[in-house]
Amino acid sequence: MENNAFYVALSLLLSLDSSLIQIVVLSLQVSLMAVSIAAVLGFPLGAAVALWQFPGRGGVIVILNALMGLPPVVAGLMVYLLLSRAGPLGEWGLLFTPGAMVIAQVILVLPILAALSRQKVEEMLGEYREQFVSLGMSRSRMMPTLLWDARFALLTVLLAGFGRASAEVGAVMMVGGNIDGVTRVMTTAIVLETGKGNLPLALGLGIVLLTLVMLINAGAYMIGELSRRRTG
Amino acid sequence: MKKTLNLVLASIVVMGLSLNTHARDYIILASTTSTENSGLFESILPKFEEVAGIEVRVVAVGTGQAFELARRGDADSLLVHDTAGEQRFVENGYATERTDVMYNDFVLIGPTNDPASVREAKTAAEAFASIAKAKAAFASRGDDSGTNRAELRLWESAGVELVRDWYRELGSGMGPTLNTAAAMDAYVMSDRATWVAFGNRQNLTLLFEGDDVLFNQYGSLLLSEQRYPHLKHELARQWHSWLISEDGQQAIADFKVNGQQLFFPNAN
Repeated sequence: MENNAFYVALSLLLSLDSSLIQIVVLSLQVSLMAVSIAAVLGFPLGAAVALWQFPGRGGVIVILNALMGLPPVVAGLMVYLLLSRAGPLGEWGLLFTPGAMVIAQVILVLPILAALSRQKVEEMLGEYREQFVSLGMSRSRMMPTLLWDARFALLTVLLAGFGRASAEVGAVMMVGGNIDGVTRVMTTAIVLETGKGNLPLALGLGIVLLTLVMLINAGAYMIGELSRRRTG
Repeated sequence: MKKTLNLVLASIVVMGLSLNTHARDYIILASTTSTENSGLFESILPKFEEVAGIEVRVVAVGTGQAFELARRGDADSLLVHDTAGEQRFVENGYATERTDVMYNDFVLIGPTNDPASVREAKTAAEAFASIAKAKAAFASRGDDSGTNRAELRLWESAGVELVRDWYRELGSGMGPTLNTAAAMDAYVMSDRATWVAFGNRQNLTLLFEGDDVLFNQYGSLLLSEQRYPHLKHELARQWHSWLISEDGQQAIADFKVNGQQLFFPNAN
């Protein structure tokens, strides 16, 4: 029984082991915070690229789309070199703290939110353009309206960003250091247990992570459905 | 809409604050995967934290990467196992002090049926030579860790040329390398601590041990105050002194897995 990953996952969840809870809470804190910051920056950025015409716009779109595939370990390496004592932001003393992990995940999530919201807003702009013109609305006034009316699509975009953040291991391992009780999150704990040869425990932790992500997606789906019904 | 936005911003601030709950004194210790994976730190760190009130935050990487972290000023203290490399680190002025802390040994692991007859070898060099002669698969760390450096020295002393069809550089930590070796029935050199604590042995077994050249010394280093004025030298010194004190050495000796002692203190 102890060698069955589902049994391990279930007993992990039922025992409410305090170190597991700490790891789960930190995982959620880091990823949710990264997604929140990325949303505050990325949605207006995506909408702005959709609304304004400027030289090099095509290049910006290509770069945003390409950065969606940025390998986490590269993002981690960049943030490490930035925050290392020998690096430009070393004074901040952020390396090997949850703050560094948030920064790395923002870099990973931001392109996804900006690129996908750019596309959604552009689609919506096509539908609304005549109305906007007849109302004589400026572009900066259009932005909040478009973002608000695209909110259901953007919720899915947000979930895609959260998925990227909570699933990656390369970046948080490098800038967080997988320090027990300080920067250990679900994915780095899974890497550690795999290294120890505790494969059932590693897979059990994986199942716990998957369950959490599933719950968050279910919650987002229900919120979306409820408000869709309310607004008709 | 404004309300939601405010709510989002407020929760970001709250989350940010709650991420910063550790106000206690702490140091960053760059160390090796063998000490972390075997469970040594879990056993001895609480004892040190109790007496000193200093939290030790372990970043467990290969010895090569641990040196690099320290060289860039990202770690307050070092505990690694590559004596030659450690002495060079002191000579180059990155560290001011290096002390022996403990030792264990490397062991040669392989498939139970032992196609290269490593069991019959008298010396480590002989064992390595017979693996090469049989062209039996060998899984190497290949990550410039202390274990990797020791392994490469042993191949050299056995006078073997490493050929890629049987010698496989994995570029990963001790645990992942053991996992891979188990999956491809390969020979592998491991530190004893990681091997004893390892949970996924499958068909692997211990085949050769006990040669003096397999001795594995761990050392603690204090980094240069001159070169790295921003580091927590005072706290790092307390940790270093505790490790080689009677209490610290006893804590290391008391750490056992399945009743077996894995690290042997030898500071004095």
